[in-house]
Amino acid sequence: MVQALNAAMDIMLGRDANVVVFGEDVGYFGGVFRCTEGLQRKYGPSRVFDTPIAEAGLLATAVGMGAYGLRPVVEIQFADYIYPATDQLISEAARLRYRSVGDFTAPITVRAPCGGGIFGGQTHSQSPEAIFTHVCGLTTVIPSNPYDAKGLLISAIEDDDPVIFLEPKRLYNGPFDGHHDRPVTPWTEHPAGEVPDGYYTVPLGKASVVRSGEAVTVLTYGTMVHVAMTAVAESGVDGEVIDLRTLIPIDIDTIVDSVRKTGRCVIVHEATRTSGFGAELSALVQENCFYSLEAPIVRVTGWDTPYPHSLEWDYFPGPKRVAEGLRRAMEG
Amino acid sequence: MKNAVPLRLHVPEPPARPGQEADFSWVKVPPAGTVTRPDIAVDPYEIRRHAYELIRVLDDNAAAVGPWDPRLDAETVRRGLRAMMLTRAYDERMFRAQRQGKTSFYMRCTGEEAVGVGQAMALDDRDMTFPTYRQQGLLITRGWSLVDMMNQVFSNTRDRLKGRQMPIMYSSKEAGFFSISGNLATQFSQAVGWAMASAIKGDDRIAAGWIGEGATAEGDFHHALTFASVYRAPVILNIVNNQYAISSFQGIAGGERTTFAARGLGYGLPSLRVDGNDFLAVYAVTRWAADRARANLGSTLIELFTYRAAAHSTSDDPSKYRPADEARHWPLGDPIERLRAHLVARGEWSDERHGQLAAEVDGEVRDALREAESYGTLGTGEHHSPATMFDDVFKEMPWHLRRQRQELGY
Repeated sequence: MVQALNAAMDIMLGRDANVVVFGEDVGYFGGVFRCTEGLQRKYGPSRVFDTPIAEAGLLATAVGMGAYGLRPVVEIQFADYIYPATDQLISEAARLRYRSVGDFTAPITVRAPCGGGIFGGQTHSQSPEAIFTHVCGLTTVIPSNPYDAKGLLISAIEDDDPVIFLEPKRLYNGPFDGHHDRPVTPWTEHPAGEVPDGYYTVPLGKASVVRSGEAVTVLTYGTMVHVAMTAVAESGVDGEVIDLRTLIPIDIDTIVDSVRKTGRCVIVHEATRTSGFGAELSALVQENCFYSLEAPIVRVTGWDTPYPHSLEWDYFPGPKRVAEGLRRAMEG
Repeated sequence: MKNAVPLRLHVPEPPARPGQEADFSWVKVPPAGTVTRPDIAVDPYEIRRHAYELIRVLDDNAAAVGPWDPRLDAETVRRGLRAMMLTRAYDERMFRAQRQGKTSFYMRCTGEEAVGVGQAMALDDRDMTFPTYRQQGLLITRGWSLVDMMNQVFSNTRDRLKGRQMPIMYSSKEAGFFSISGNLATQFSQAVGWAMASAIKGDDRIAAGWIGEGATAEGDFHHALTFASVYRAPVILNIVNNQYAISSFQGIAGGERTTFAARGLGYGLPSLRVDGNDFLAVYAVTRWAADRARANLGSTLIELFTYRAAAHSTSDDPSKYRPADEARHWPLGDPIERLRAHLVARGEWSDERHGQLAAEVDGEVRDALREAESYGTLGTGEHHSPATMFDDVFKEMPWHLRRQRQELGY
């Protein structure tokens, strides 16, 4: 997935002279997760460069560059570090088109690795997507595989409004089924690990039905897509697994079609539960599918605690907890 | 180990509060013409003292003296005087309009007109500005339509911003005037980003940002200086020190023991302090900084030392926190009166011509007001359709906003 993300930026730097890539350690070194490796050498230091450690400064300069007419792609080294930038993101980038009636826009892509599973403790493991879905004017994207990551990142860079592009870091080097005690499998053995060369897009705002099923709809995204697939396989429940890919704007039609068919819904995300994006999903399903529901909606999520370093596998909603959630939805 | 005395918190207090004599004895006003004017390629370290001095051109006899005299011809100076007077007339008229219930809010820049006007004249019209809410003089100097500005203040049917922004939060890409934000300081580091973009593209336009002395305490101020210094961005960074952040005197922002210009020294930026009520000095310093930026020498920090003669806004009453007559005691005078006296001293102006000009700008504002009011005011309620509320959140309206618009009945 790292190579897919790198290829997306490489292609866009090549196609559009207004694309610039910058962030902490992204230039010469190529990023702490290697996502921008080789791009500075190829496009020069005025297109791909290192910045001071100031996330708010990064976002502010990106807003200024966007107002000029550039298309900045900014890397926040860990999603956990994005909070200093939220004033520039929420009050400025997200509302610039609105407050100036399109006079100025902020076509900015903010890439940030999210999620746990690498012993990152509470400052390198968070999934802050719900915060951004609450902000009008922001598009929030979370890919779950290399093919989507490349196509979605190209779409995000081409989008004329700010996009928060969260990359589940546990998926950088392979699909993670949630069994942390088993050997890691590489992307080469996964069908979505096959990434075509060259330009292609995956549309924003469109979910993907990863597995068709009749018994229960599983709404999920990012790392948890793979965990949900494992849970479906291990529980024997015929779940329809939907990878949302874009949280806002949400693909309501795909969700509604599925829940009306199955009559049951399990929502799975790694982020903390209370006011998490699952709460919004639950409300949408209830508002749109109430008369099709045969059981209460079930949420399987991270606990409402910080992400604890040594206890991360007790925090992480693994296949066992997801499978329990599936059974609960079937019993309800 | 026990301290000899208990520890004490120092909370800065201004020299005078309501009911007391105004006290500006702490303001050191050096004679005009005494501060050196270095070459634009100077090593910032060599001029670090400039951050503590006060560059002044107009002397006590209203003559232009010293190395910073920009030697402007009389016609250019008269143009500056006119733009300052037009700005003040506009402010007074809009202030009254707010009091008459025609809009919700207004902010004047009384006493600070030399900042917006002098700096706009020293910049190229194609240069990009990232102002605060008190640089309406930039738009007026660039010849932007007063009617368009009033439409915004009234949120009426012709308001290009469709009534989405509070009064005075103008935006005009065409005039090189960035959309004003109510969140202070955000524009300062954005200006640096715009300047970096201009440098990335090999453009010839520079940027300028403004911030109040109060908002220099925000992180964005320091991000701006860091990025401007690191990337040698072609940007002029202006601190308008008008002594007040609403009710808080500049000591609360950290001005008691040093100057705001001196903030730039730690970043290796040339940092100048200028008499902000001296039109010629403001012009000259801005031009020096612009020349540096255009020569790829990077950013300059300028502290414009001035005084907010009016209230912070129409929602503010300064008599609650500062001596009521404090403005009259401000030692650097009024920018319009000082430039008028200068033109008179040069034999290029008279009381009669001044009176004619005052009537002329008043008439211009009155005519504009009549037209703007014909498109409605906030008070009379003519505004854009509520259906437009859902536009421009995104370039393409997503389903959930369409549904919410229907819910509202459109």
